Amino acid sequence: MSARVLVGVKRVIDYAVKIRVKPDNMGVVTDGVKHSMNPFCEIAVEEAVKLKEKKLIKEVVAVSCGPQQVQETIRTALAMGADRGIHVDITGKDYDALGPLQVSKILAALAKKEDVQLVILGKQAIDDDCNQTGQMTAALLDWSQGTFASELTLEDKKVKVVREIDGGLETIKVSLPAVVTADLRLNTPRYATLPNIMKAKKKKITSVKPQDLGIDLTSKLEVLRVEEPAQRQAGVKVETVEDLVSKLKDAGRI
Amino acid sequence: MSTALFRKPLCSALVLFNKTLHRCPEKRRYAIKSGILERVVAAFQSISGDAGVSLGDTVREQHGRDESVHRCHPPDVVVFPRSVEEVSALAKICHHHRLPIIPFGTGTGLEGGVGAVRGGVCFSMRKMDQVLDLHQEDFDVTVEPGVTRKALNSYLRDTGLWFPVDPGADASLCGMAATSASGTNAVRYGTMRENVLNLEVVLADGTVLHTAGRGRRSRKTSAGYNLTNLFVGSEGTLGVLTKATLRLYGIPETMVSAVCSFPSVQAAVDSTVQVLQAGVPIARIEFLDDVMIDACNRFNSLSYPVAPTLFLEFHGSTRSLEEQVAITEEIAKDNGGSDFSWAQDEESRGRLWKARHDAWYAALALRPGCKAYATDVCVPLSCLPEVVVATKKDLIRNGLTGPIAGHVGDGNFHCIMVLDPNDQEEVGQVHQFTERLARRALAMDGTCTGEHGVGLGKRVLLREEVGPLAIEVMQGLKATLDPKNLMNPGKVFPRFKSHLLPLCL
Repeated sequence: MSARVLVGVKRVIDYAVKIRVKPDNMGVVTDGVKHSMNPFCEIAVEEAVKLKEKKLIKEVVAVSCGPQQVQETIRTALAMGADRGIHVDITGKDYDALGPLQVSKILAALAKKEDVQLVILGKQAIDDDCNQTGQMTAALLDWSQGTFASELTLEDKKVKVVREIDGGLETIKVSLPAVVTADLRLNTPRYATLPNIMKAKKKKITSVKPQDLGIDLTSKLEVLRVEEPAQRQAGVKVETVEDLVSKLKDAGRI
Repeated sequence: MSTALFRKPLCSALVLFNKTLHRCPEKRRYAIKSGILERVVAAFQSISGDAGVSLGDTVREQHGRDESVHRCHPPDVVVFPRSVEEVSALAKICHHHRLPIIPFGTGTGLEGGVGAVRGGVCFSMRKMDQVLDLHQEDFDVTVEPGVTRKALNSYLRDTGLWFPVDPGADASLCGMAATSASGTNAVRYGTMRENVLNLEVVLADGTVLHTAGRGRRSRKTSAGYNLTNLFVGSEGTLGVLTKATLRLYGIPETMVSAVCSFPSVQAAVDSTVQVLQAGVPIARIEFLDDVMIDACNRFNSLSYPVAPTLFLEFHGSTRSLEEQVAITEEIAKDNGGSDFSWAQDEESRGRLWKARHDAWYAALALRPGCKAYATDVCVPLSCLPEVVVATKKDLIRNGLTGPIAGHVGDGNFHCIMVLDPNDQEEVGQVHQFTERLARRALAMDGTCTGEHGVGLGKRVLLREEVGPLAIEVMQGLKATLDPKNLMNPGKVFPRFKSHLLPLCL
């Protein structure tokens, strides 16, 4: 198949970091904090690279939106096997306000511009947990979508997707072009090996501005406040069932 | 700090002291006199905060045991320092009051190394969990003691680098340094001894020592005595490790794994020796005997042939792997090897190795409700077939459950002794078996402990292995660095009146 796949990768705070809320309660501390590729995006890249290794698709293009640093994330995708990268350069307030709607507009524009048949994204980002970009992108493009994929099979002009849903697994077949979002069990992403990281330095990353794609980045959302979850209170031990009942009554629980 | 603040935990502690003394005297008695305990806890809290000191029974018990069969020896108090300055200040207090100091990483040791046999203060290092300086181009990184090997490798995953020493557990790297740990990769990448460049250590009196000099990370050095490797393997008896500078390696371009069955132990080990002699830079070469493979088959519903088996892994570029694999396959065939299975991608390799990784649990599953104890002898390669064959005969003759799994490329193997801790006769028999095995290995110029350390159970064997003179020298070094014998007392060195069994259940 001569299909081209677009994979979105997001630079997020590393999953192992202890998140701290900024003193002004308007966000979390990101300065000096370790960032890496969103784990679900890693799975998306792995799936795309696997398709290319099976010779089912021709080219994997990795795209990320944000300031200069997101190029590191694109490089990781290239080290995993993506062919080239696109850096959509967004900084400052525009970057702070960047959300699924803006990103899906960008992805939709790029999907058309790059003549892409399949867009693979992570199902959600671990920083905002939105789980919206894939669905919005499909809607803007008026393409089919297969979300929460735990299995993906290309069959001629269609994609068979096994979706993880509340009740179990749902298998659907959607026609290309399509947007698929990767769930946890889709695959185990490979580590970027040192030789591949070196090779990836030679792969191309093109920089574009959202205006060049004709995208309006205005957000209709305003962050009012960010707070830590309530501190867990220490438990109390009681000696007898009667004590337990009376304590529950005192706390207004029964 | 007002007295009201420290009286609270102390009051409850003393109340508990009186209550529990009558209930479980063995488990909950405090070794430190209550007057001193009160004073030091207050001092600890002023350094590490209220949240940094615990007298709770459960916390003490958690910090008094590891994954060995040795019983729990809870410390009197557990402290959670957040920096080397806190470790030093806490140590100074312990030094002043002559309190034992027991460093604690993840509690995944296998020789009872964290048991507070004389009570004292457990220094839990888990809050010091930062990866500090990573130098990608120099292939080195410095970590705090709370960083485990899996956490480090996860941190490094985007850099193409990894730290390959992989003991079974997700152990803390400083804990691994303290026990001179090794893993399945040692045949290619070495053990902790070869991969620690520098250590920051807090001695019993609070002095902070940099074994190779502060911040030094040259890949090789001939500057003065090798203090770094003195502390590697010292099992917490010389100081508290607060930083380790480690040697990193590039993640190999390709990995290929394979499994192969052999008609006999001799054939499997001969193949190992020949592969190494052929110059194949094999990354992993693991041996499982027929009992172990059978247990693994049952545990994971697999169907490997029930015969001596080798699990192999090759690292390198795609082209060099073809060559490595071809040579190895030929050697295995020449030795009667059969039923090869290969795997290259991550998921298939994972499935292949699952059998080996689950060996411990598969062994335990042979006799539910029992505990397991792993022997750890290591002998020169040429002696391995003889030792393994003799060991299996010993197991069969005495009716003991001891499936064998091992890093045959290093001449190191483990008998996973599955035993009922309540059956005193079996306990005694296993103890005698392990002593025979250790002595069998020593008779072949080997060691009684290849990677687990001496801890509580192998102190007598250590004297047999290195000889009384070497023990004297070691004790001299210990006396220089820790004259009050506060650092993890009761470990490594045979006690004066030693009558302790390797298994203290």
